[in-house]
Amino acid sequence: MAKITLDNLAHSYLPHPKSEDDFALKELNHVWADGEAYALLGASGCGKSTLLNIISGLLRPSQGRVLFDDRDVTDAPTAARNIAQVFQFPVVYDTMTVRDNLAFPLRNRGRDEAYVAARVQEIAKMIGMEAELDQKARGLTADAKQKISLGRGMVRKDVNALLFDEPLTVIDPHMKWALRTQLKSLHHQFGHTMIYVTHDQTEALTFADKVVVMHDGRVVQIGTPQELFERPAHTFVGYFIGSPGMNLLPARIEGDIAHVEGAAVPLGHGYGALSGKVEIGVRPEFARLSADEGLPMTIRRVEDVGRHKIVRAEVFGREINIIAPEGEGIGPDKTRVSFDPDRINVYADDWLVPPMAQRSGPVGEAA
Amino acid sequence: MADMSVAAPRSRGLSLPRVNIRAVVMVLYLGFLLLPIYWLINMSLKTNSEILGTFSLWPQNLTFDNYRTILTDPAWYMGYVNSLIYVVMNTVISLTVALPAAYAFSRYRFMGDKHLFFWLLTNRMAPPAVFALPFFQLYSSIGLFDTHIAVALAHCLFNVPLAVWILEGFMRGVPKEIDETAYIDGYSFGRFFVKIFMPLIASGIGVAAFFNFMFSWVELLLSRTLTSVNAKPIAATMTRTVSASGLDWGVLAAAGVLTIVPGALVIWFVRNYIAKGFALGRV
Amino acid sequence: MDKSVNNKAWFLVLPVLFLVAFSAVIPLMTVVNYSVQDTFGNNQFFWVGLEWFEEMLQSDRMWNALGRQAIFSAVILAIEVPLGILVALCMPKRGVWVSVCLVLMALPLLIPWNVVGTIWQIFGREDIGLLGYTLNMLGISYNYTQSSISAWITVVVMDVWHWTSLVALLAYAGLQSIPDAYYQAAKIDQANRWKVFRYIELPKMQGVLMIAILLRFMDSFMIYTEPFVVTGGGPGNATTFLSIDLVKMALGQFDLGPAAAFSLMYFLVVMLISWVFYTVMTNLDKRGGA
Repeated sequence: MAKITLDNLAHSYLPHPKSEDDFALKELNHVWADGEAYALLGASGCGKSTLLNIISGLLRPSQGRVLFDDRDVTDAPTAARNIAQVFQFPVVYDTMTVRDNLAFPLRNRGRDEAYVAARVQEIAKMIGMEAELDQKARGLTADAKQKISLGRGMVRKDVNALLFDEPLTVIDPHMKWALRTQLKSLHHQFGHTMIYVTHDQTEALTFADKVVVMHDGRVVQIGTPQELFERPAHTFVGYFIGSPGMNLLPARIEGDIAHVEGAAVPLGHGYGALSGKVEIGVRPEFARLSADEGLPMTIRRVEDVGRHKIVRAEVFGREINIIAPEGEGIGPDKTRVSFDPDRINVYADDWLVPPMAQRSGPVGEAA
Repeated sequence: MADMSVAAPRSRGLSLPRVNIRAVVMVLYLGFLLLPIYWLINMSLKTNSEILGTFSLWPQNLTFDNYRTILTDPAWYMGYVNSLIYVVMNTVISLTVALPAAYAFSRYRFMGDKHLFFWLLTNRMAPPAVFALPFFQLYSSIGLFDTHIAVALAHCLFNVPLAVWILEGFMRGVPKEIDETAYIDGYSFGRFFVKIFMPLIASGIGVAAFFNFMFSWVELLLSRTLTSVNAKPIAATMTRTVSASGLDWGVLAAAGVLTIVPGALVIWFVRNYIAKGFALGRV
Repeated sequence: MDKSVNNKAWFLVLPVLFLVAFSAVIPLMTVVNYSVQDTFGNNQFFWVGLEWFEEMLQSDRMWNALGRQAIFSAVILAIEVPLGILVALCMPKRGVWVSVCLVLMALPLLIPWNVVGTIWQIFGREDIGLLGYTLNMLGISYNYTQSSISAWITVVVMDVWHWTSLVALLAYAGLQSIPDAYYQAAKIDQANRWKVFRYIELPKMQGVLMIAILLRFMDSFMIYTEPFVVTGGGPGNATTFLSIDLVKMALGQFDLGPAAAFSLMYFLVVMLISWVFYTVMTNLDKRGGA
């Protein structure tokens, strides 16, 4: 296991990138702490696979360095990095038995058979495939095969990091949950550094200690699921995480008051002068229907999803969503919406603006 | 972690010469393929006296007389026309009958389907030599001897099974739901087949046509046996001219070069489908 | 795919059935007819039963031809399959060179078979052929019209030249269908080149290789035109393979009875071996698809 440092890293698929737009992965500095589980979350084409391929060594970055425990591996090939990867669809050696599949990485590294046998047994138990050990891998179900690739990744004790590239894409929905739970418990048990690429926020939020949200080739936020939820550092994070996503309203900020189309909205903190496109963002969970307080609103539609109701409404011609508790009555008297002042975030040109008192502190820990 | 520093330079070092080895193998193989063809072209551009008199790697007295002979003499160039006529006829007939049959095999189970399929394939395994004489008698007795259609029909012996086999492979790849949706939308079988299904397997039809063209174009034994004058293929023209008029190497080589041209043109057009096509849709 | 039972599907197969019946069953019946009769000309035939079959089974001629044929097919399969795989592995994976290689490789496949013969007939001649001339210049005695060994080498090399590309193209198609992730996984698992080939590439090529072997076996077992043009079956009978012998017998000597009996047994052998291949192939298909 190792700490992975990305130093000044950037990548462009073009030989001579001219502007920032030519970079598939924009400049990035980050340290992946040893033994933590990270999720790399973003829409397709956001650069998350590029980043993963750079870490695994399948791609050489056009600038910057990759360090494993302070050792520069930027130019080291995949085989020398001692990482494991589980791919989008199961990659198993069809003609081998499950046992040989699991033993393959160890035998290739010349470990003695006694050790291999013991280790394979251990891993088979871990992934719950002891019964199938002598079966050929061909003919197993997709999730069994995916478990084998997972097992092949973990069979080496000294593996620096386990990388997952959307590993549950081809798995049946009910098996997805089981596999994810298993992954998580394996992580708790053995403490591998894990990097999990996905475009599914539920997968990311339930799996990872820290989620790295990427958008348009840039890492827009790194934080715990709670931080992403409460303090999205970028409007994209607000929109991408949560269902429905964060509401955004254009506003003018004066101290601790936001003016939305002339109506005043109180904020929990004071802000300095802001320029550019200024918006306030508030999660549907922190918006409340009200009869007499807040901004005027028209209800368009109510969706009952069981645990709560999602109210689709309009404020000054803009669509917003409000989550109302299951028991709350939604009557014709509810013509206004109010926001929890502490939960309102302010964005200038899509980036979160920290309140005045805390301006010097890091964004992620503001909440 | 421990082996990192050792393994890194070693595997880098290995990957460089491997690229060269691959290129060397390809160059050697392609050279092996092209050398005899080059020699044929070389001969076709020489006069007979130069061919027999001196040994040279390229023509000393470049001449196009050999080609002129072929392109001005109907006995020669009609051979090409005859070949192309029966090849095209065969391709059309084979595809027309193979399409519905392949559809049946790919979509339905019916009495004796597996046996029928294997029986069809056995015809691809039938040595043309076995059929040469019976074909000769059959087509003579019904008055089709020395016609293009006779050769076209005879080549169906191996081309129809092949077309069924290839098309069945491609059709299996089209989900059955497409058929069902079309029937629900009120398409009749014929209209569905032509308007919806055939465009979906267009590449398969192309591949089948390519193979039919290829095997009909290269076959000699049956086409020579079933023709004498009017439908004589170029291949037969070549063998007969050789035996009759001594050995006119230059003209023979030129005729050979000209038989390569249609094949080369066809390959050029289908080059992007060759790899998938040769797998007969079964990859 | 689940297929539904529908006996009306027979109607779709009927055109094929008629056509193939016309071009296969009727001629085959003629052959059967000849194989049990004898003639003194004038279209007068009389029943001889299985005599021709017995005669053929006892004649050295057929067994010799069959032996030569078996050796020939075994030799060319032993060369073309590994060579084809090697070439497929060395093919560029993407880029403009792919098209160039594909087109050049497919070229021999579309040359009429007698022209293939002609090309090698010219290429191999000691007086005017590049190969023959060069070999003899180097002091290697080579003459395919006089030496059986030279004739055999010529015929085998010609077949390798003619058909290896078919195996290579099929194998290449199989290789192309392997997703990159497999190679990446192999790198991560530190598999060496041999293991990548043995455990990833070979299993994925299995299906197409079976097709290649089946096609090459059938076609090499039926080979006629190319060796006929080059060697005419000689010197002596050195390169007289089954089809050449059969045509000599049927069209050359007009020995219809023995030729017909020969034909039927020949056909039977091809079918039998092909059936074994076919069964093995479909079994592999099932195992692979499960």
